[in-house]
Formats: sequence, C-alpha cells, structure tokens
Amino acid sequence: MAVNYFYPDYEIIRDYNRCINCRVCERQCANEAHRYLDDADKMVCDDARCVNCQRCVSVCPTRALKITETSNTFRKNANWSEKTIKEIYRQAESGGVLLSSMGNPENYPVYFDKILINASQVTNPSIDPLREPMETRVFLGAKPDRIQRGKDGRLVSNMPPHITLSMPVMFSAMSYGSVSYNTHESLARAAAELGIMYNTGEGGLHENLYKYGKNTIVQVASGRFGVHKTYLNSCAAVEIKIGQGAKPGIGGHLPGTKIVGDVSKTRMVPEGSDAISPAPHHDIYSIEDLKQLVYSIKEATAYTKPVIVKIAAVHNVSAIASGIARSGTDIIAIDGFRGGTGAAPTRIRDHVGIPIELALASVDKRLRDEGIRNKVSLIAGGSIRSSADVVKAIALGADCVYIGSAALIALGCHLCRSCHTGKCNWGIATQREDLAKRLNPDTGYKRLVNMLTAWQHEIKEMMGGMGINSIESLKGNRLMLRGVGLNEKELEILGIKHAAD
Amino acid sequence: MILSAYELGFRLLNERIRSVNGDVTVYDCFGERFIGAGASSKTIVINGTPGNALGMYLDGATIIVNGNSQDAVGDTMNDGKIIINGNAGDALGYAMRGGIIFVRGDAGYRTGIHMKEYKDKKPVIIIGGCTGSFLGEYLAGGCIIVLGLNTDDYPAGEFTGVGMHGGEIFIRSSKPPVNLPGQVTAGIAGEEDICRIKDDIQEFSEVFNIKTEEIFSKPIYRLVPNGKNPYKRLYMDN
Repeated sequence: MAVNYFYPDYEIIRDYNRCINCRVCERQCANEAHRYLDDADKMVCDDARCVNCQRCVSVCPTRALKITETSNTFRKNANWSEKTIKEIYRQAESGGVLLSSMGNPENYPVYFDKILINASQVTNPSIDPLREPMETRVFLGAKPDRIQRGKDGRLVSNMPPHITLSMPVMFSAMSYGSVSYNTHESLARAAAELGIMYNTGEGGLHENLYKYGKNTIVQVASGRFGVHKTYLNSCAAVEIKIGQGAKPGIGGHLPGTKIVGDVSKTRMVPEGSDAISPAPHHDIYSIEDLKQLVYSIKEATAYTKPVIVKIAAVHNVSAIASGIARSGTDIIAIDGFRGGTGAAPTRIRDHVGIPIELALASVDKRLRDEGIRNKVSLIAGGSIRSSADVVKAIALGADCVYIGSAALIALGCHLCRSCHTGKCNWGIATQREDLAKRLNPDTGYKRLVNMLTAWQHEIKEMMGGMGINSIESLKGNRLMLRGVGLNEKELEILGIKHAAD
Repeated sequence: MILSAYELGFRLLNERIRSVNGDVTVYDCFGERFIGAGASSKTIVINGTPGNALGMYLDGATIIVNGNSQDAVGDTMNDGKIIINGNAGDALGYAMRGGIIFVRGDAGYRTGIHMKEYKDKKPVIIIGGCTGSFLGEYLAGGCIIVLGLNTDDYPAGEFTGVGMHGGEIFIRSSKPPVNLPGQVTAGIAGEEDICRIKDDIQEFSEVFNIKTEEIFSKPIYRLVPNGKNPYKRLYMDN
C-alpha cells in the first residue's frame, strides 16, 4: 500500500461571506492549518493539519470559522472501527508506538454519572449556605490513634504534620515541561488565593514559584528531576509518584525538544537531552522499600512535612493501598484510569487501569475493615469534572480530590488531545514562547479561582440540601448516594444502594 | 562531637547528628538508616556499618565510613562527598546529581543508576573493586569509574549501560567490555579523556593510599552513549 493519505478527521469550514482576510487564524494556528493566498487574496486551509483545538474558531472576529467532523467514512464495520484501521496504517508506516495525550476518551462506564446525591425533605431540614455557616475545610495527613494527656491532664499535641485546605480540591501534578511556565504560575497563584495546593509534578520547582511554597506539593518521581533538599523543604507536602492513572506501570519520557531554557534549569538536566523517568523507582521493590523512601524524605525534612504516595488505580489497588498505609505514608493519592497526561502510549492510556469511583470505594472500605483508615488521608483523582463529582467522591470515602484536566479546561484547554506535539495553541502544554505567552497568568489564575469558588458554593448547596453542614460529615457517607442502572456487584463495590432502595 | 549509635534507632541518631553544628563521629553503628540525609555542611565519620540510604539527598556534607555500607548510598545526592573504606551495596548513587562517592572495595547492582549532570554539577563515582550488573543503567550524566583493583577479570557485571543516554563510564580492565547494549560505544580512553578524570583518580589514590601507577597499569575503557535522545524514534503521534 503506497498511498498514505488519510482524509482528515476534521474539516475547517470557512464562511467566505464573513471572512475579512484578517489572517488572525493563520497567526494563531501553530499547526499551520490556515494560509493566505496573495494572488487570490483569499484564506485557504489544510484540514489535515487541524487538531480541532478550536483556537481559530475562538479568535475569529467575524465568526467565519467552524470545525466539523468529516462525513468521509470507511465502509462501516462494527468490529473494525475507522479509528482502529487508521492506527494500524500509522503503525505499518512508522513502526512506532502510538502516542496520545489527555485522559482516556473511550466509551467505558462513567460511574459518577450513575450515582445520584440525596437531599432532605420534611424529616431533616436542609440548610441554606447563604445564611448559615458551612464548613468545607479539610485536613490531610495521618490522624493519631488515640488522645494523649499529660500528667496534668492536659491534651498532648500528638498530631502528625498535615496540610489544611479551604475546600477538598487540589490541583494535581502537572510538571513544568509538560505544561508551560504560565500554566504553573496560574495554578500556584490560584492555589495561594484559594487556600489549597497545587502540585509541581516531577519537573522540579521554578525558582520564581518558591514563594508559593505554603501552597505547593512537590513531587519526587523515579527520575528525581530537580529534587534536592531545598526543594523538599519548600513545600507543604512531598508526594512520591509511583504511578499515574493515564499510564499505570510505565514511566515517562520528556523529549529533548521540550527541555529548553528554564525547563532545563528547573529539572537540572542539560538542554536537548531526553528526561527519562524509569517505570519503577529503582530503590523501591517492596512496601519495605517504599517505607525507606518515605522515611528518607521525612529525615531530610526533619519530620515536618506529610508524605503523599500517589498510585494509579489498578486491579489490586486496595491491597496495595493497605500496604502503603502501613509504610509511614501520611496521604495516599489514587489516580483513576481517566486521568490526563501530557503524553502516554495510546494502548496504555486506553486499556490499563480501573475507574476511580470503584478504586476509591474499594480502598476506603479495605482500610476501614482493617482499622487503619485513620493512618492515611485519601485523595481521589482521574477525571473529577465538576462539584458534583467532588461531592460523590467525598461520599465514597475520599478526603479530598485532585483536579488536572478540569483546571486546564478552565485555562482554555479544549481537549484536542495533542499535548504531546508541544504545539498547544492555548499556551498550556507548550514550551514555545510565542504560544506560551497566550496564557496570561493574571487572567489564568482568576479563572481558576472563579471556577473553584463556584464549585465551593455548589458543594455547600449540595451539602446543605442533604442537611449536612460540615464536609467531615459527608466523608464516606454512602447513605447520601444511590446508584442508577448499576448491577448488584457494582453497587456492592461502591457500597451504595440502588435508587429508591 | 562523638556519638554512640548503640540502641538509639535511626530517628534519634539522625536527630542528634542534625542538632550538632560541627563535625560528628559515630561509633557502634549497626545498620542505622538515613544517616546524613540532606546534610549540607559537616563531616560525619561513621565507624561500623551504616544502613540503607546513607547520605540520601546529601547537599554538601562529607561522610566517611570506616567499614562497609549498605544499599542506596548517596541516593539523589546533590553535592558533597561520601568515602567508603569497604564495600557498598546496591543502587549506589541512584539519581545522583552532584558530588563524589569513593568506594574502596566493591559495589553492588545498579551502581550509578540514572545519575545525571547539570552545568557545573557533575557527579563522580569511583569504585576501587568490582560492580554488579546494570552498572550505569539509564545514565544521563556524570562519570562512573570502575577500577577493578582486586581482580584480573572484567570488573563489571552484565547489562552495563542499558538505557544510557548521557555521561561516561570508565572501566579499568585488561579485557574489553562485552555484551554492551546497541546505543553504547566503547573504546580505549584517549589522553584527553584520562586528563579529565585524572584529578579525581589522584584524590581517590590519596584517600585510600593506592599508587596511581597501579591504577594506570591496565587499559581503561570508556563507554559513552551514541545519542542523548535514545527513544526518539520509538513513537508515532496518534
């Protein structure tokens, strides 16, 4: 087969009655899909270059553009989808592992959408958050086994180090390198204003952002990029990254083309050299070894910071979490299979891991059954899309959630899933200066603050509706949830009843 | 200050070491972990056998061990010096980014795994004896030197330099390296290369009182990666 041409997946439709040849679409498209023809005084486009990021549509001053899915189609086949066939062509041509970005887009069940939240009627009055105080503050970290009192009968403070959040949401790990500096600055400033945390990911911490340390979680991953004592002590908590929902069991390669300027400086690797994070930490082969890394961080920070261990949601997640809870870890973060990524092999992203809803419910139950739930806090991530997902996750047993994709969407991401190309037209997943400057941190951070302020109010409304005035009373409160269209086993794992049961 | 580690446990021992401003000598050391974790400005002398993760995140301090050490010495070390007057365990200098580790005897598996360098930060590991397999795995920068002073055989195990994409490995041996991965090139080190490591070897020889003539009495092979982007052609945009 010599012909390698694919009909483009998307078509750029230009209304020439509206187009004024201002060429803004051409300037804004890093994929060079738009072009101006001098001779004809006319804009033309190459659909094959379009990734459907909607940038040109959004900036066109006369609304002359739209992107549509092509109607061109292969012969219909319920088994061999057009996508599958094209992927084979791509691999036959290149011999390459297919690389994709952002979260798993395939049609697996979304359990959050099959869970409904309760509200009070008659017997238990609902609460109006506009008039009455509602507590959304959470504290993450190990809780002491018992109350200690001194000889004089006074309480002895035996609280291990913890982090305090104004609401049960944090920005999940996105490394500087996979996202732009402006993205990191937006996240850091928003976290500081909101009283929550953002997470550096494994790309180190840019020197300008050390001042947001109180609202920073720094990550230690297998590549140990940018990890040193100052880094470990410039944060509210340290996270050991074992796995990521989008790519459980594998490491990461930040290509040398993205290791430029400040990214190189922050990661402390030479420009142009690949930054390879091996799949495992080579000092961790067991829970005992994990304990060693946890305590090495505690030693290097003189026991002042809680340590988070982040794992991907996989089949035996509850047994793994049970082990981690015994390793001295203060907080476990579980990342579901829909979590985003700056680049992951397509097959891994789309076929490895399990949904966060099931993983979270299972882990919470296991830890409670074993009487060790107080030893750790739980963070759930992997496609938390709205305040309703937050409420459902808390009721399923989470102390807090991580949001990544939702935060990027607030910053302008249109989920075109092309982060790995490094040509993000929205200035988020790119290191190209001309593109990165399109995201202004002054507006970016405000958009994040706006979104989460709205979420916080929605959370309070939902809590009030249930007659609950403190997020602590919602935690693990599965009676507040009901399933719709779920089978017995699914309900059993989630620990919830069916609607109207 | 002189400290006995006897029955202190690692947490108390390390707390005491941290609280001392000046130099510290520890005796009765029997496997206490994390000694000198993140330490930046003192000299810690250890008599006995320190446990795993000795000098983890070390940030400028000097650690001298009169005895053997265990696994993960100098893990994620940033700066400073670790001298082991004996053998070392596995994963020595994992992800190390700066400073120097000298081991008089042998080191275990995965020596210098994923070591890296950045500008003036260029870590150096010198092993007087032999190393296990996976020497310099994922090596991204810095310099590992294996001298094999205690053997006539080739002093490193199998799979040296797998995934290596930066830095250099020097191996002193009368037998040439075999079974190297495809992306690693080996050859006798040139004069310029030797010149670059001469100062470190000189220091090593002084620290352990080994004659430099003995060190240079055998050929020294130099292993380098062919490229710094080993996986560039692995992927296809989808």
